[in-house]
Amino acid sequence: MHYTCQTEGQRLTVTLYGELDHHGAVSLRSELDRLIERERPRFFALCLSEVSFCDSSGLGLVMGRLKKCASVGASMVIREPSVAVEKILLLAGMDKLIKIERTERV
Amino acid sequence: MSSAVIEKKQKRKTDRELNSFKAVFPSRSANEGFARMLTASFVSQLDPTVSELADIKTAVSEAVTNCIVHAYPDSVGEITLSGKYYGDGQVVITVKDKGKGIENVKEAMQPLYTTDSGGERSGMGFTVMGAFCDRLRVSSRLGAGTSVTLTKKLSRGE
Ligand SMILES: Nc1ncnc2c1ncn2[C@@H]1O[C@H](COP(=O)(O)OP(=O)(O)OP(=O)(O)O)[C@@H](O)[C@H]1O
Ligand SMILES: [Mg+2]
Repeated sequence: MHYTCQTEGQRLTVTLYGELDHHGAVSLRSELDRLIERERPRFFALCLSEVSFCDSSGLGLVMGRLKKCASVGASMVIREPSVAVEKILLLAGMDKLIKIERTERV
Repeated sequence: MSSAVIEKKQKRKTDRELNSFKAVFPSRSANEGFARMLTASFVSQLDPTVSELADIKTAVSEAVTNCIVHAYPDSVGEITLSGKYYGDGQVVITVKDKGKGIENVKEAMQPLYTTDSGGERSGMGFTVMGAFCDRLRVSSRLGAGTSVTLTKKLSRGE
């Protein structure tokens, strides 16, 4: 699991790559928290288009970052979830807790 | 001993067993991906759809992760993953540990139920397993271990 990040003004975008399971989430969560602490963005976007696998540990990672963002006053969105991610996000009702942004797929 | 079943379809009389595997590995998180790959290549012999394969991989990942996180929280223990499939396209995967066990399985299987206090678990593992398979059976004994059986009937089985 690795990630890239990009800052545009007040918006921090992190794109995750690979398989988002417990093994991948463990090191990622503290790295993302450190990044959020350091950048103090107004908006935090987690792009999940390149995540090929996601289980409930991935849901935990998203929920944990949602709390982290709330604690530093940032608002968080999920961007472009892949098919694998979307299915589990919807099953868990995460779309009611966090905004999911998608560009129209043609 | 505590056990519970979530069942979507009535269990069918199973057909002839066509193939099986069994793997034993330590409860290290790197083995979550290993368990998924192993199960996926076994199930691939049945020519599953992309979404069936994804569902089975997710359910197995949930069960194996639970062994690593909950069954053996402060140690490395043994996980046994086994699978079988039948002539009618039914796949049965079992994940077993000899860890701390679950006192009340029914309660543990409720959506959002978690004993984790770190705030990084959603308590959705069993719900995901139940939703992505046709049948989920969990039985456990405190101090002795837990066994999770996932059953899914593939559409291409005749
Ligand atoms: N193999 C196991 N051994 C011991 N306890 C377990 C085992 N599997 C599950 N449990 C218990 O059942 C609870 C619910 O499991 P479930 O997978 O649904 O949620 P979780 O693991 O807590 O969170 P999530 O799966 O969303 O990360 C766990 O919190 C744990 O207490
Ligand atoms: Mg779990």
